[in-house]
Amino acid sequence: MSDSPYVSTTNACKLCTPLGAALAFRGVEGAIPFLHGSQGCATYMRRYIISHFREPMDIASSALGEKQAVFGGGPNLKKGILNVMSKYGASVVGVATTCLTETIGDDVPRLLAEFRKEFSDLPLPEIVHVSTPSYSGTHMEGWHAAVAALAGQLVQVKAAPERRVNLMPGLVSPADLRHLKDILADFGVAATVLPDISDSMDRPALLDYEKLPAGGTTLADIRAMSGALGSIECGRADHVAESAGANLERRFGVKNLRVGIPVGIRESDAFFAALEELTGLPTPKKYQDERGRLVDAYVDGHKYVAGKRAIVYGEEDLVIAMTAFLAEIGVKPILCATGATCKNFKAQLAAVTEGLLPEPPEAREGVDFHDIAEQAADLAPDLLVGHSKGYTYAKAWNVPLMRVGFPIHDRFGGQRMRHVAYGGTQELFDRLVNVVLERKQEDSAVGYGYL
Amino acid sequence: MEQAIFEERRDQIHRTGEGPFELACNRDSLAGAVSQRACVFCGSRVVLYPIADALHLVHGPIGCAVYTWDIRGALSSGPELHRLSFSTDLQEKDVIFGGEKKLKAALLELIERHKPKAAFVYATCIVGIIGDDVAAVCRDVAEKTGIPVIPVQSEGFKGNKREGYTAACKAMFTLTGTGDISDISPISINILGDFNLAGEIWIIRDYFKRMGVETVANITGDGRVDDIRRAHGAALNVVQCSGATMELAKMMQDKYGIPFIRASYLGIEDMADSLYAVAEHFKDRDPGIMERAQQVVREELSVLLPQLGQYRKDLEGKKVAIYVGGAFKAFSLIKAFRHLGMKVVLVGSQTGTKEDYEELAAICDPGTVIVDDSNPLELSKFVKELDVDLFVGGVKERPIAHKLGVGFCDHNHERKEALEGFVGMLNFAREVHASATSPIWRFVPRREAMAKAEAAKKEAI
Repeated sequence: MSDSPYVSTTNACKLCTPLGAALAFRGVEGAIPFLHGSQGCATYMRRYIISHFREPMDIASSALGEKQAVFGGGPNLKKGILNVMSKYGASVVGVATTCLTETIGDDVPRLLAEFRKEFSDLPLPEIVHVSTPSYSGTHMEGWHAAVAALAGQLVQVKAAPERRVNLMPGLVSPADLRHLKDILADFGVAATVLPDISDSMDRPALLDYEKLPAGGTTLADIRAMSGALGSIECGRADHVAESAGANLERRFGVKNLRVGIPVGIRESDAFFAALEELTGLPTPKKYQDERGRLVDAYVDGHKYVAGKRAIVYGEEDLVIAMTAFLAEIGVKPILCATGATCKNFKAQLAAVTEGLLPEPPEAREGVDFHDIAEQAADLAPDLLVGHSKGYTYAKAWNVPLMRVGFPIHDRFGGQRMRHVAYGGTQELFDRLVNVVLERKQEDSAVGYGYL
Repeated sequence: MEQAIFEERRDQIHRTGEGPFELACNRDSLAGAVSQRACVFCGSRVVLYPIADALHLVHGPIGCAVYTWDIRGALSSGPELHRLSFSTDLQEKDVIFGGEKKLKAALLELIERHKPKAAFVYATCIVGIIGDDVAAVCRDVAEKTGIPVIPVQSEGFKGNKREGYTAACKAMFTLTGTGDISDISPISINILGDFNLAGEIWIIRDYFKRMGVETVANITGDGRVDDIRRAHGAALNVVQCSGATMELAKMMQDKYGIPFIRASYLGIEDMADSLYAVAEHFKDRDPGIMERAQQVVREELSVLLPQLGQYRKDLEGKKVAIYVGGAFKAFSLIKAFRHLGMKVVLVGSQTGTKEDYEELAAICDPGTVIVDDSNPLELSKFVKELDVDLFVGGVKERPIAHKLGVGFCDHNHERKEALEGFVGMLNFAREVHASATSPIWRFVPRREAMAKAEAAKKEAI
C-alpha cells in the first residue's frame, strides 16, 4: 500500500516496468530487448539508460500506430522480430509488453506460438516473453519478471549436475558484477550470473561498431542452471509471484538461497555464507582479508560519520541494502523511502537493522520526492543516499548527496561504481567518509589541512 | 543508391547527385528497426514543457512522466514549475475502471498546491484506449479553479512527434486572444519555436531589443501563460523550428491576421538574415530599424569573426554527420559548418517533410547522404563508409559516434551550451573544436588502425 497521502505523483521515485525488463534482457548474450508497444517507449528508455551507462542501448519496438492499436499488434510484432533476427543477428529476443499492448489485449504467447509455426523453416532465435504493463509495479518488477521469464522459459531440461552456482544479482552495476564474478571464480565453481550486464553495458573501445554488444549470460550457461549446486538470489524485497531461483527449485530441485544485495559487512557475510553453504568451501583468504581491511577502515573512520542523519531512497532492494550498511557504521537512517509498493519492505528494513538501531527505521513505500521532501523538512538530514534524481533536493537543503545505484545522470562513471561485497562496501565507505570530510572542510573557515 | 540495410527503407535514403531527388518520408517507423524517433506525447511535451508557470500533468502510467522529468535545458527567468514532473501514475484498477476520477482529484490537488497560471493535461497511449474523457475533466476543473485547464491529445501511438507538435499548437492556440493587448508596440513580435535551451532566447531577445522590437511572447522558451494570452497583440510571428510551431503561426494568421516569417538563429548568415527579415517587415513603420539591425550584426561579427578563424584552421576539411529531430535545424548547421571549413557528408532527421528534404538536397554538396527516420545500424554504417570526423546529434546518437572513435556535438534539447546567436556560433565552434581535435582519438582502435594504414601507405610511396 502506498504511504503517500496524495493522489497525484510529483517527481516519481521509480521507473516504469518495461525499462527493467529491457535492461535485464540486455544481460543475455546475443539478445535484443524488444518492446511490444508504441515507438516512444523504446526511445525514451534508450535515452534514459544511455545517459547512465554511456553505451549504445538498442531496444527494438513493434512501433504500433493507430491502426495496430485498433486491430491488434500481432503483424508488427512478427515483422519486428523478423527484422531483429536478420539485421541484428539476435540469437535471443526478449519481448516485453507495454501498457498499450496490455490494454488492447494482445495475447503475446499466442502470437509468438503463431510466429514460430509460420516461420518454422527459418533458424529461429529463442524468444522469451514477459508481461510488463507499466501500470503495474516498477522497473524492479520488470527486471525480476524478465529474469524469472529467462529461467522459466529457457531452462527446459535437467542438466547434468556440476559444481556450478547460479547467481541472480539484481540490478547492480557492471563493476559490481565483475566483482561478483571474480568472487565466484575464486570459489572455484562454474557460475551462471543472470543477467550479466557487466560486459554488455560497459564495453571497451573496439575496432568496429557492435550491432549487439558482446558479453552477457550465454544460453549454455542459462541451460546449465538446472544442474547447479544451487542458486543465490540477491535482493530482500518480494517482487514476483515466483522468482527465477524459486522456479528452478520447484522444477529441478535446485536449492535456492535468498540474501540481500550484499552491501555492508553483515549482508556480505550472509552472501559469503551462502556461497560456503553451496560449495562446501571456506571463503578464500583474499576476501577474508578484504573483510579485515573493511573492518579496519570502519574503525578508522567511524567517528567522522557517527550519528549522521541520512535519508535513503530508491529501489526497495537497494534501499534495504544501503540501510543495512549505514546502520552498521553508525549513520542514522532517518527515512527509508521507495516509489514502489512492496509487501515486505518494512519487515526487511527491520531485519537488516536488528541489533543496530533501537527501533526499525522510519520507512515509507509508494512515495514520490514530494512526499520525501515534505517529511524531510522536519528531519534535518545531514546526507542523502540514492540515485541522481535526489540532487535537486540535496541542493535545496544544502546537504551532500552520495550517489549510488541507477540512474547516475549527473556524474561520470555510474557504471563503474562498486557497491557490493567487502570490496564494494570499502569503496562506498571511503566515499561516504570523504563526502562528510569535504563538507566539514567547506563549512569551516579555518581551512584544516589535516582531518 | 546506397545499399540499404532494411529493404523497406531503401527509398528513405538518398545520395545527392545520384539520380533525381526523391526521398520517402513521413511514414510509420519500421517495426524492429530501432528508430531514433519518440512519439506523439514526446512532441507535445517538448513544445509545451518550457512554459514555466503552467502545471504540466501527464495522465498515464508513470513512465511517460518520469522519462521527461527536467530533460530539456529550457531555462526560466522566474518560476520553475515546468521542471517538476507531475503524473496521475495510473494503476491497474484505474485502467479497468477508468482514470477520470483520479485525473480530476490530481488536478485539483496540484492546482491548489502550486497555483499555476494554467494547466496542460497530456493524454498518453492508454488514456486513448480506455476512453477517459480528458476534455470533460479539464472543463470541469477549469470551472472549479478559474484557470485554463487544457487537454493535449497526445496519445503516443497516434503518429510521431509531428502529430504531437500539432496537439501542442492546438492547446496553446486556446490561450491566445484572452489577454489585454492595449499597451503592445506596433513594432512587436512573438518568438515561436525557440525553447531557451541554455538561455538562448535571452540572446535573441536582446538582439531584437537593440533593434527596437518588442517581444510579446516567447513560444515557448522561458514562456509564460499570460504572455501567450497576449500573443495575438504582436504584429509579427517569427517562427523557428518550423515543425514544432508553424501550425500555431498559421492558426494565428487565420484568426488574427498576424503574418509570420521563418527564422533560424543558428550560424552566421541565418542569424543575420533573421534579424534583417524582421527589420524588413517593419521598415515602413520604423525607417531606422534596418540600420539598427545592421549595427547589431556588425557589432556581433566584429567580436565573433576573429575568434572563429582560430578554430577554422584546425577544423578545415573535416567531415561531419548530422542527425537531428527536425530537418530545419540541419539547413543552418550545414551553413555553419561551411564557416568552419567542414564538409557535411551525411544529414538526416527523424521527422523531416518532403519540402524539408528537397531544400536540404538543394544546399548539400554532391555525394551527401540524406536519410529519413534512421537507426543505429544505418547510422553506424554511414559513419564508417563516409569516414566521418564529427557527429552532431542527441544523447541516443552519442554512443554511435563514440564507439566509432568519432567526435560528438550535442545539438539536442539536453544541451547545456547556448548554440544560437552570434555568440552561440562561437560556442558551437568551440565545442566542435574541443571534440574533433582532442588528443584522445589516437587511442581508439579504429582510429589507430586508420593511422597505421595511412602510415603504411606513405611508406610504400
